[in-house]
Amino acid sequence: MASRQFATFEVAEQLFGVEVDTVQEVLSYSEYTPVPLAPPAVGGLFNLRGQVIAAVDLRVQLGLPRQTLAGPKMNVILRGDGEPVSLLVDRIGEVVDLDDDAFEPPPDTLSGHTRELVVGTFKLDGRLMLALDVTQAVDTYRATT
Amino acid sequence: MEDLGEIVGEFLMESHENLDQIDRDLVALEQEPGSRDLISRIFRAIHTIKGTSGFLAFGRLETLAHAGESLLSRLRDGVQPVTPTTITTLLATIDGVRNLLEAIEQNNSEEGVDVESIITAVHAQMAAPTTEAPVAPAAPAAAAEEKPEPLQEVPARPAPEPVEEQRRPLGEMLVESGAAEPADVGSALQSQLEGDERKLGTILLEEGKAQPAAVSEALQNQAPKRSVADSAIRVDVDLLDTLMNMVGELVLARNQLVRGVMETGDSGLVRSAQRLGMITSELQEGIMKTRMQPIEHIWSKLPRVIRDLSQSLGKKVELVMEGKETELDRSLLEAVKDPLTHLVRNAVDHGIEEEARRIAAGKSPEGTLTLRAYHEGGHVAVEVADDGAGMDVNRIAEKAVEKGLLRAEQVPGMDKREIMAMVFQPGFSTAAKVTNVSGRGVGMDVVKTNIERIGGAVSVDSTLGEGTVWRLNIPLTLAIVQALTVDCGEQRYVIPQIAVLELVYIDGNSTKVEYASGAPVYRLRGKLLPLVRLDRTLGLEVGGDKGVYIMVLQADGRRFGLVVDRVLNTEEVVVKALNSRFKDIGLYSGATILGDGKVGLILDVSQLARRSHLTAEGDRENTLGTSRATAGATNGERLLITAVGERRVAIPLDTVTRLEEFPRSRIEQAGSREVVQYRGQILPLMRLSHVLGAYSDAEEGDTVSVVVYSEGGRSVALVVDRIVDIAENSTTARRDVEEDGLVGTAVIQQRVTELLDVRRAILAADPNFYREMTADELVEA
Repeated sequence: MASRQFATFEVAEQLFGVEVDTVQEVLSYSEYTPVPLAPPAVGGLFNLRGQVIAAVDLRVQLGLPRQTLAGPKMNVILRGDGEPVSLLVDRIGEVVDLDDDAFEPPPDTLSGHTRELVVGTFKLDGRLMLALDVTQAVDTYRATT
Repeated sequence: MEDLGEIVGEFLMESHENLDQIDRDLVALEQEPGSRDLISRIFRAIHTIKGTSGFLAFGRLETLAHAGESLLSRLRDGVQPVTPTTITTLLATIDGVRNLLEAIEQNNSEEGVDVESIITAVHAQMAAPTTEAPVAPAAPAAAAEEKPEPLQEVPARPAPEPVEEQRRPLGEMLVESGAAEPADVGSALQSQLEGDERKLGTILLEEGKAQPAAVSEALQNQAPKRSVADSAIRVDVDLLDTLMNMVGELVLARNQLVRGVMETGDSGLVRSAQRLGMITSELQEGIMKTRMQPIEHIWSKLPRVIRDLSQSLGKKVELVMEGKETELDRSLLEAVKDPLTHLVRNAVDHGIEEEARRIAAGKSPEGTLTLRAYHEGGHVAVEVADDGAGMDVNRIAEKAVEKGLLRAEQVPGMDKREIMAMVFQPGFSTAAKVTNVSGRGVGMDVVKTNIERIGGAVSVDSTLGEGTVWRLNIPLTLAIVQALTVDCGEQRYVIPQIAVLELVYIDGNSTKVEYASGAPVYRLRGKLLPLVRLDRTLGLEVGGDKGVYIMVLQADGRRFGLVVDRVLNTEEVVVKALNSRFKDIGLYSGATILGDGKVGLILDVSQLARRSHLTAEGDRENTLGTSRATAGATNGERLLITAVGERRVAIPLDTVTRLEEFPRSRIEQAGSREVVQYRGQILPLMRLSHVLGAYSDAEEGDTVSVVVYSEGGRSVALVVDRIVDIAENSTTARRDVEEDGLVGTAVIQQRVTELLDVRRAILAADPNFYREMTADELVEA
């Protein structure tokens, strides 16, 4: 049975996951430089060992109000397409091994912004994990109004 | 086959390098026909190409190289003098070789390149060496008016030998091969020690102690030693970039460490930290150096460019290079190459005059083009200077007005440099005639754009009759820029220092921000400097006008002031490319890591300038209310004084959107009204003289001065005879009048001035202006 590894994290009490091999690292960071006039989904920039990384506010991408960037925030840093990009999340979860038969397409009742970001649902013990479409999740030019 | 491919590849690369050197040497040889050094060097290079092409079975290439070599050997042996025609023939030969190499590179075959006509030309040269040379088919333009110059026995200037110490002594090799007697070599060496400046081989040859062929062979055996690059390796530029990044990080870590250690006060630790600091700085410098190349790298192509161009134009140009060892970052060199070539071509084409004109002007018949490179305050300055005709400031001003780049009344207030800078505007060209070299009005703006793209600046200075100096100011490296950090709102921003002209502190009393109809301006030494508020541009909360700084910036030939909250310090920042998702915003040229480890955004000054000029219109409506309040609070209202016929009419400056000047020819009729097309809109004109019943004498001018008034997205232009001044309404006497369109009269600057009621004046002339439909009707009309 084919299985895949997912790194999980929570945003607004919902568990999300991305495939492990798209993740570069996970870290907490507290100093963000806002970018005026950037799309609202851009939380800010931070310095990752000399590299300038853009942090995408996943809350905005999900149609929720922005995070307040005071104090440390968890970053899931994705390898991205050529340049790393970070997703700002509320809490980091575990890395889980998931069999493909635990996968289902997103439920029809799921709609709105979340639907566009999600490729499917995994049934975990006691809760559901939404698998994110990484490309969509970091696309800050998506209409998020 | 694989191996052969590699060998061919290497041969092509090496040959291209050699050919560039031959080009340079041939042009130098023309200047210095007696130099045996140059001839031998060219000979060696061609011989190498011939040898290798024979080995690789490129027959046509071998034949062509052989022909060139034969001609060269006649020059070398003094059988035939060096003349401009021979040089042209040899250059044509080199071009032929180059074309062949390109054909080989692309199609792996020698077909499709005309070799025979070149060879014929070479043979013709050899057959008729001393008489007027027959016109060479490959270079018909050059031969006509040249006379062969006698071979002068000029003492050879020692040519620069790059890696001299790696070469085996020539004498030793000659003795070893039995081509020269030890005693002869000894005596030649002795005479060198006694001050003979000739090369050893030259002495032996000239004294007949060795055969030319043997010496050249020995020299060739020496030559490979030069190109065997034991002491150099090729390194991937990406690797260097990574190293550069890491060193940047190291610098930051060092700074943090030093700060921490200083606080502990432990002298031993402080010493170690300082040592770490020094090593880090040296390491940073070392890494930067690996990316540096001398500017000679791009200059080396220019002698040929100048020779060909000056010959085709029938001019004589001497090229002087100063500071060719000045180093620049590799990526910058690439970016500077084309602009520099353009400037050089332009200087030869337009700068330097024809021989006859030069003589008439009392100059030497030969023009001088000087390329100069030097370090200056963290930048590299590259100058292209000619001693030609120079540029006429007045003509440039005229032309700029004619092309609508300047308004006539702006000219008297501009200094020479500002007017000269107009030549960098798109579509500007003062060349009387269009040649195929330049003068089409494209180019200078491209030069400017390209140089500004890499964070540099271009300027020009010229004295009529004496020449022109084009000056490029180039940052040392793309990776590190000198920058000012500023605070705006809660955040810190970085501004490249090259754009900053000066800083002004606004205390609100002796220095203050003023408003012209909502547009903030500052009087910088009597001239109005348009201001851009950084906080407003960035969409942040807009702060006050007191206790702020104005950075006087220059970009795209525009000067403007950027209002920021605080200016902190200047520092060198390592530029990081900004994530592509922010490119569309257009206001940031990059990011950097600040001293505290946070990310700082680097502002793109030319974009700021561009954007603020665009948004000036849109912002106006929002700012109008606030600016009125501000202006009212500070002092009496400011008035724009205009002349209408005999009368002086004052218009509240707050209501003025812009002052413009239109050519009379642009005025068109729409129904019974006069209109002009203005920024994609139809702008109705209203003659104040008609409204006020004044006699106007303005009909004789070519242009009309207008005051543009906008309200609710609609605009109207009030035509006046002349803009007189801007004055403060310090009313000494005021009287209300019962005339349509006026609110009263006042004495301003000792003269009775009528105060215009803009609203009523407009209504008097056009009762529909404030009605809904007017704008649409006008558009349709």
